[in-house]
Amino acid sequence: MGMLDLVLIWAFIIGFGIIMYVVMDGFDLGMGILFPFAPTEEDRDTMMNSVAPVWDGNETWLVLGGAGLLAAFPLVYTTILPALYIGVFLLLAGLIFRGIAFEFRFKASTSRYLWNWAFAGGSTLAAFAQGAVVGAYIQGFEVTDGVYTGGALDWLSPFTVLTGFGLLAGYALLGSTWLIMKTEGRLQEWAYRITVPLLLGVLGVFVIISIWTPFVDEMVKDRWFSNITIIWILPALTLICAFQIFRSVRNRFEGMPFVATLGLFIFTYLGLIVSRWPYVVPPDITLWDAASAYDSQLFLLIGLVFVIPVVLVYTAWTYWVFRGKVRAGEGYH
Amino acid sequence: MELDPLILSRIQFAFVVSFHAIFPVFTIGLASYIAVLEGLAFKTKNPSWVKLSAFWTRVFAVVFGMGVVSGIVMSFQFGTNWSNFAQATANFLGPMLSYEVVTAFFLEAAFLGVLLFGRDKVPPGVHLFAAVMVATGTFISSFWILSANSWMHTPAGTEFRDGVFFVTSWSEAIFNPSFPYRFTHMVLASFLTGGFVVAGVSAWYLLKGREVEANRKALSMCLWLLLVIAPTQAVVGDFHGLNTMEHQPMKVAAMEGNWETSRNVPLLLFAIPDQANQTNRFEIGIPGMASFILTHEWDGEVPGLNEVAAEEQPPVAIVFWAFRVMVGLGLLMIVFAFAGLVLRAGGRYWQTPWFLQGLRLMSLTPFVAVLAGWFVTEIGRAPWLVQGLMNHSEAVTPSLTGGMALFSLIGYFVVYALVFSAGVYYLMRVLYVGMEDSDIDKEYESDRPKRPFSAAHVPFEIDDNDTHKPLNQGGH
Repeated sequence: MGMLDLVLIWAFIIGFGIIMYVVMDGFDLGMGILFPFAPTEEDRDTMMNSVAPVWDGNETWLVLGGAGLLAAFPLVYTTILPALYIGVFLLLAGLIFRGIAFEFRFKASTSRYLWNWAFAGGSTLAAFAQGAVVGAYIQGFEVTDGVYTGGALDWLSPFTVLTGFGLLAGYALLGSTWLIMKTEGRLQEWAYRITVPLLLGVLGVFVIISIWTPFVDEMVKDRWFSNITIIWILPALTLICAFQIFRSVRNRFEGMPFVATLGLFIFTYLGLIVSRWPYVVPPDITLWDAASAYDSQLFLLIGLVFVIPVVLVYTAWTYWVFRGKVRAGEGYH
Repeated sequence: MELDPLILSRIQFAFVVSFHAIFPVFTIGLASYIAVLEGLAFKTKNPSWVKLSAFWTRVFAVVFGMGVVSGIVMSFQFGTNWSNFAQATANFLGPMLSYEVVTAFFLEAAFLGVLLFGRDKVPPGVHLFAAVMVATGTFISSFWILSANSWMHTPAGTEFRDGVFFVTSWSEAIFNPSFPYRFTHMVLASFLTGGFVVAGVSAWYLLKGREVEANRKALSMCLWLLLVIAPTQAVVGDFHGLNTMEHQPMKVAAMEGNWETSRNVPLLLFAIPDQANQTNRFEIGIPGMASFILTHEWDGEVPGLNEVAAEEQPPVAIVFWAFRVMVGLGLLMIVFAFAGLVLRAGGRYWQTPWFLQGLRLMSLTPFVAVLAGWFVTEIGRAPWLVQGLMNHSEAVTPSLTGGMALFSLIGYFVVYALVFSAGVYYLMRVLYVGMEDSDIDKEYESDRPKRPFSAAHVPFEIDDNDTHKPLNQGGH
């Protein structure tokens, strides 16, 4: 095994962890974003029930990603987190409120409206903060000698507010297509109705970002308009997924909208990666610059080789156990 | 007033980590207790054990859930506020923290669900196995965390090159000189915490005359456990102290309030350390006792704070008093453990009101003692973050401003105050409802399981007629 292999393996593991987190926590955050707009309180129960068995498993990927980043690419962890100091705080605060709301809402009666707000507000805040984080990442950070030297609110700009709303819409779309798959009757009807407007919102942001990004980032501009035309396949695939969502909603398919939305997220994510490869901290820190010592990467990898498959099998098993439609007033056993 | 991001970051870290630590310290002890109860239930088929196990598993679910929620914040603290430290130590601490998360995830994923929701769904042997695995998982988690923390006190197996630590020997780094002492001390602290909480709650139920048979059994078990653990902890603590004197003499000097290296040093019972003048006011002590405890000779030499410059000394008053709080509470625990032994004669231990009331009050002391202990060891390391190699000001995030740090400190304070209030309030409700109502689980059968708190099955608000009326939940 060469030095190079380990860095690539770790890049793959961390990259995989992040996309796992985004799509999995994405649809249950989406539940929270859509929460205030749901037709009835009973539908809200059903929405929460549809993600209750899986949401904290979904969230663990975030903690795993944070710790893994420190272990494998410390320079990414130690430049991006200070740069996003305020954003990270908002994200964590949102996740905490949402987690607690999950626990207490079903046990509450008179105070239930408070937990509704905690759930919706926490989810919305966390999703927006994540979107702004992505935008800040595209923008790049002011880093000198491996240390962040920018200000507290550099991450908050018109561009990042836009990406914040973009991810908000994206998670809501994951949420609505999840509902199409997991529910029936009135709630599913509502989910069908809101999916296309949400998709248009996502695409709108998508287009603006695509036009805007080359202006905020020279490097991405070069990459996009250089002779590597192959990378244009990713936005093309993204658009195909978008069209597929539109078509499958019109045809009343139940599973396809969600699958296509997953595709939309995955191809966008890959597009983001190839636009920058091999730089991980914009503008000029590469994967190899950011990597920890070879034997530290190896030491942790040995354990993860055993754990990750188990976690994946367990995750799959959980989703399998809780497959099928969620009905109001009826739980899984 | 100039806001100092360094001080604010230290306060924030102390606050966040203290808030987080109280949950695991309880769940580690409680998980082992549940495993023992499950074992007894499996062996004897006595319904009392099942009742106790089911009840304490409900409590475990709530506390574990709060531990997880507060733990999410921890994994980001190093990067946001201590980025230079994170950058320098990532080669060792990164894998350690990752292994801890992986262990916790592993345990939660594989066995917690079975423990919380599988009682009637899996064979009893499998349920027992799950309980044992959850307990094992808590130990493995604390193994990684305490190894990482011990390394900061007694760095070993690493080489400090160009501002970055490189691991030269994983075994030396993981099993660094203070690790065995700290780990043992902490595990015993968890057992004391679990023991005193269970004893206190059982005592409260006995005072109220609720579920007497089960609670008498629980109390009896706890008293036997405490009788062994409380004195043992004092001995282990002493060994830990000797180890600290060897590697971090200034910490011990601060604990003893000893300003000058000297022989025949008294054990101070009371003093007001005055760091500005490098002396104590109002000393009351036992002559020669500190020398005897630390060197086992009455005229042994005890290190003094004057060996280093004033700016390299830890804040003496906090360390000095936190240490006395910890030791004082430890002695009080030993007293209660022995009182329990005396009251066993004629079975008076579960019928003596003053003793039961005392145990009720004692149930919160382990948390205070544990936090005091952490204050001693962590603040006693100041000004170092990695003993002798990296200090606080070198470690803090360079781009952090006082305003940012104040914002997040207030923010975490508010968030945790709300979460903690809700959590503690709910825990009180779980205790209030108690273990009588075995029907409650069936009432909530349609609840969606797989959530730690769902295992508690207790409504959030107080019902008029005490306990047994489940609420009309949406969709039920």
